Formats: sequence, C-alpha cells, structure tokens
Amino acid sequence: MKFFDDMQIGDRREIGKHLFTAEEIKRFARSFDPQPFHMDEEAARRSHFGALCASGWHTTAACMRLIVDYHKDLAAEMIARGERPAKIGPSPGFKNLKWRKPIYAGDTVTFASEVIELRPSASRPQWGVVHMFTQGTNQKGERVYEIENIAFIERRAA
Amino acid sequence: MPRIYFEDIVPGSVTTCGPRTITREEIIAFASEFDPQPMHLDEEAAKKTMLGGLSASGWHTCAIMMRLIYDGFAVNAASMGAPGIDEVKWLKPVRPGDSLSLRLTALEKREPKTRPDMGFVQFRCELLNQRGEVVLDSAYPGMFAKRKREAAE
Repeated sequence: MKFFDDMQIGDRREIGKHLFTAEEIKRFARSFDPQPFHMDEEAARRSHFGALCASGWHTTAACMRLIVDYHKDLAAEMIARGERPAKIGPSPGFKNLKWRKPIYAGDTVTFASEVIELRPSASRPQWGVVHMFTQGTNQKGERVYEIENIAFIERRAA
Repeated sequence: MPRIYFEDIVPGSVTTCGPRTITREEIIAFASEFDPQPMHLDEEAAKKTMLGGLSASGWHTCAIMMRLIYDGFAVNAASMGAPGIDEVKWLKPVRPGDSLSLRLTALEKREPKTRPDMGFVQFRCELLNQRGEVVLDSAYPGMFAKRKREAAE
C-alpha cells in the first residue's frame, strides 16, 4: 500500500475481476442471505430478478477479497524495490453503496477504484483517512456496483 | 406465502432478532475467503493492529446483519431486496464470542408513481453486542411488494 502522503485525488486503479458462479452464489446465500432469488434457479426465474443472482453482500465480500489481494501484490512489489509498504488500518464504514443491477450466475465483474477524498486523521496523527469510490462493471459493460469505501492508511513519519 | 406486504409495515415499528453468537472459527473462515487481513485471521498479529485483537471483518458483520434481517423479518415479508445502502458505520470491533442482536426500525415509506406494485421503506438498522453497545449502525431503503388487488378483495 502507498502511504497516505503519496496518494492524490483522482488516483485510479484496476483492482481485479471475479466470476460469480451459481454454486458460489448459493453457498454464500445459504449462510447469510437465503432469499429465494439467491438460492434457487426456479424460484429466481419467478421473481422480479428473473434469474439466479448474487446477494448484494456477496458482491461486497468478493470485492473486498480483490482489494486485499491487490494490496498484497502492491506490498510485495514495494518490498522487492527495498521500500516499506504503508500499513492499512481498519475501516470506520462506507457510504452510498448501490447495487445498480443484479449480478447473475455466470457474470464476471471487474472492479476499479479512485481516490476521492484525503483527510489527515484529527485524533490519530500517524494515520490518514482515505475515501475511495469503487465501481464494478459486468462483462457487458454495465455498471452493476458502486460504493464509497473509507479506510485508515498510514502516514509517513514527520 | 409472505405475510408482510408493503401496506403492513408501520413507520416507527421495531423488529428485533437474535442474539447470534459469532465464533473464532467463523471469523477466521469468513476472513480467509473474503478479507484475509491479519486483524481478522490471527490473534497475535491482530494485537499489533489498531483493533487490538482478533475482530470480525466488517463485511462479515454486514453479512450477519443480513442473516438476522432475513430470519427476523424478510423471511415473512414480500421483500424485493434493496437498491443499496446509504451508510454503514462500524462503530466497535466484533470479537470472538460476541453475541449480536438486530434492531431494525422502519422509518418513512415511499410509493414511486411509476411502480404501483411496490414501495420503499427506509430503515435504520443496528447491531448490538451482549453489552448493549451498538457495533454497527446503518441506513437503507428496502423494497416490498404490495398486496395483489385480487388477494386484498
């Protein structure tokens, strides 16, 4: 991870993509969101969604996994260059999550993020608060997912 | 058949569900698949982070919130899902052994003119731990089908 001080508004990055299989959609739904349109093809066909689609919380979790993997790869590159990667702190929350279109079984969603706000933490001088706008696009080019993520990112020592 | 339609939801009404206890194994299993960061995977590594100890991924907490909404409310409702979430605040870490309860408050209702078959209900949704502390506070609009005219007559 880049340090807070090295980030700029408008910094954009491709995070990665994820294929949502029917098996994975149903497995997540069984544990956390067993509504018929996430559990069963036939019930989903009769619902307003028209076909089996992922729980919105499955989308957020799959996107998080891609973000973590992206940061691990970036950290490995920095270490290889002899740099220390910045620490990533916890997130205080998120805003404006939009499940714009259903993600159906077999869809592949590509996620990308952009830095939209940078604010030094008032109470924790070694940390900055970063707001990222993340969006997901399916294989047809349709925007299916949007979220404003917030995270603590380490600052360079003054 | 659902028992709760849009017409049945009363602004101000509160639904509770739970508690549900979250185990260390569940925290690590969810994090291993979706959020493999040290603070969600390993007690020793987690002690050195801002959270000060092993804590559930915030996305895991959201998924548990969804399950409690389903078990306590949506299972009986003509739910059509939600278009999104206005805001989630992760206010306190969720630790192994914590018992989480849902407090779902219906706020205002909206009926879009273009969709006579359904309506929106704005909710405030909180998760509380066994000490009564709010660990997650959120706001979202839920979509619910209306009773079919034939069924109502």
